[in-house]
Amino acid sequence: MKRWQQDPLLRVEHLTMRFGGLTAVDDVSFDAGRHDITALIGPNGAGKTTVFNCITGFYKPTEGLIELRQPDGEAFRLEQLDDHDINARARVARTFQNIRLFQGMTVLENLMVAQHNVLMRASGLTIGALLGLGGFRQAETEAVDFARYWLDRVNLISRADIPAGELPYGDQRRVEIARAMCTRPLLLCLDEPAAGLNARESDELNDLLHSIREQDGIAILLIEHDMSVVMRISDHIIVLDHGAKIADGTTEEVRNDPQVIAAYLGVPDEELPAVEREVNL
Amino acid sequence: MAERSTSLGQRLGPALLDSALAAIIAFALFSLLLGLRTVDNVTGLTLQPRPVLLAVAVGIVFFGRLLLNLFVWHAEYPLTVPFAKLFSRAPFERRDLMVLGGTALAAAIALAASFIFGSAGVELVAASVLAFLGVGIVRRAIVQFFPDLPYARIFTIGGIAFAVLFPICAYLLDKAFGLGLHLRYMFDLSILVLTYVMLGWGLNIVVGLAGLLDLGYVAFYAVGAYTFALLATHFGLGFWICLPIAGAAAALWGVILGFPVLRLRGDYLAIVTLAFGEIVRIVLLNWTEVTNGPNGISGIPNPTFFGLPFTVRGDVTFAGFFGIKYDPLQGMIFLYYVILALAFLTNFVTLKLRRLPIGRAWEALREDQIACKSLGINTTITKLTAFAIGAMFGGLAGSFFATRQGFISPESFTFIESAIILAIVVLGGMGSQLGVAIAAVVMVGGFEALRHTEGLQSIFGHGFDPALYRMLLFGIAMVGIMVWRPRGLIGTRSPTIVLDEARPIDADLVREGRA
Repeated sequence: MKRWQQDPLLRVEHLTMRFGGLTAVDDVSFDAGRHDITALIGPNGAGKTTVFNCITGFYKPTEGLIELRQPDGEAFRLEQLDDHDINARARVARTFQNIRLFQGMTVLENLMVAQHNVLMRASGLTIGALLGLGGFRQAETEAVDFARYWLDRVNLISRADIPAGELPYGDQRRVEIARAMCTRPLLLCLDEPAAGLNARESDELNDLLHSIREQDGIAILLIEHDMSVVMRISDHIIVLDHGAKIADGTTEEVRNDPQVIAAYLGVPDEELPAVEREVNL
Repeated sequence: MAERSTSLGQRLGPALLDSALAAIIAFALFSLLLGLRTVDNVTGLTLQPRPVLLAVAVGIVFFGRLLLNLFVWHAEYPLTVPFAKLFSRAPFERRDLMVLGGTALAAAIALAASFIFGSAGVELVAASVLAFLGVGIVRRAIVQFFPDLPYARIFTIGGIAFAVLFPICAYLLDKAFGLGLHLRYMFDLSILVLTYVMLGWGLNIVVGLAGLLDLGYVAFYAVGAYTFALLATHFGLGFWICLPIAGAAAALWGVILGFPVLRLRGDYLAIVTLAFGEIVRIVLLNWTEVTNGPNGISGIPNPTFFGLPFTVRGDVTFAGFFGIKYDPLQGMIFLYYVILALAFLTNFVTLKLRRLPIGRAWEALREDQIACKSLGINTTITKLTAFAIGAMFGGLAGSFFATRQGFISPESFTFIESAIILAIVVLGGMGSQLGVAIAAVVMVGGFEALRHTEGLQSIFGHGFDPALYRMLLFGIAMVGIMVWRPRGLIGTRSPTIVLDEARPIDADLVREGRA
């Protein structure tokens, strides 16, 4: 039994997603470990983002179940939850391939919106805070401190009062991760976090993701095209091709899997005939 | 300072350009003042063109200005400089003050002369010039003495002070000096303007903050007005008891109407809200047993001052209780302060809500609905609260409208009202409280004031009614704003929470919201 199967945080079983006649995801099952960085890779159009959108509630899967287990043992069936409850109750946070920050709001405001549900309760559903009752001030100070903590972690504390839309691309990616972390998730889903980053920023991202796993003990599920990022940070890799899972294992196993090499990683030209023989092409 | 070393040839180009500009302005002004003359014929009033006189006047301006440019001002000092300086922070020179002083003196003489000889057109122009100078000087003085105060703050403080003091001061001055001001009309107009300020602020929550385009806002205004009118005429309830009930009823209707439509986005939402606005009006029109249909409801009571009515007779009246002479204006001043307080309440609650999680969620919704969902925000409930709170303020304003008019009918709640309120919000700058207030004053007050400008009639002829051109001016204002300030008068957004230093957020970054 693999490490991620012993205490899976996320279980995806027989996930199928059809759009009309097109089967984007076809009977995909996998587990993601509670303290692992799990990567979902595959060529363009393999169905990675569709799987992602099913997990984060943006699509309702045609078939299959997606289960997320809380530390106390309670399990949420994500495909049955309302889209906002996937974050609010099951505690799954995500970022987007084409960054979706609130551009006209400052970086700090972005992180405050992420703590909406906590603050909303503290404000007595607004009425209490309007009348000046309850501990809203206290809760707000704590929320600002938490935001400040995450801005510190992503090295953006000096840009807190700048509109998010004014930040350079790499900084916007980090703000989006910080914003997702401000919702206090168990599982952080990152859709191509390294896209458009230069080598130095990509290194910083690796460090950040490692620290999120080590320091905060939060599982990460990511889609990524940059193999240098994937191979360096992932504990567990799942490979999709044409909507189906073709490999599932540790970095080593996947790196040497002949099907993965043929479908995605590629080989030098001289080794091609040997590999093709191996996968019966 | 002017460099006298430049040759005449070098100075000729700019001098000609400047003179041509002056000639164009002169032509625009004189074409009506001098170029046309009304003649009383047997057939009635006709216009007689006077092209020669016009040409001579424009020629004098052009050549006079050219000579002045070339030999006196040396072309580096166009006459527009001192006027521009009034609206900047640049220091004044002596010659600037001389030009401004000279203009003011000329305008004052022209004003005095036109009073004596009775030329209303000149009177209007001279008064506008004086008003322009006055505004500039006041603004300049504020900038001089409070250099760090931002313009928005100056406007806000000045506006609030004026709004609070205006009726009392006008009333007392009029009584003390017997100025014979048209107080009744002035108060009536300011009450109307404040009603629209309040409606603009209410709709601003829905459109400006939450980014939901609502074309049927007048429906909630109507619900508020009819709730109060029906409660007052059937059960004899007073204004102050009905006010919160009307607000709650409108909020309830906001939720009821909002629930099915909030799944829609952008243009579709706009169309459906437009339809709901019309449905409410048509129901009011046809449900005769309850609403009395097109005949409307009359006999709606006025608000009382802690139980003291503003009437001539009665056991205990406002005038009688305080031992002062009865004056119908007292009731109007009270109404003015009621709507002022309601408008301030709207503003206060909105500003407060912006800094609470719900307000931030509204703005986040305007920016990106999908991101909101991914952060665990229930977008349906968030939209509904915006709809309900916006509707509530619409209902409060409606109930005030009913008590002020004493009579309501479905006539008052047509689509054009929704359009005007939305135009106020868009022109003012979506999300900006100050911008909306300025837009309401200009759109409602400005056009209404136009109606009573006799000066314009003497220019365009006696039958001229500027109110008829209201929609035209509306359209021109809209096009102008779209061209020069596409995000409204005040498009910048101020952050709701800061770590170190607050700075306004540029309008280009802020979304209009297509949620």
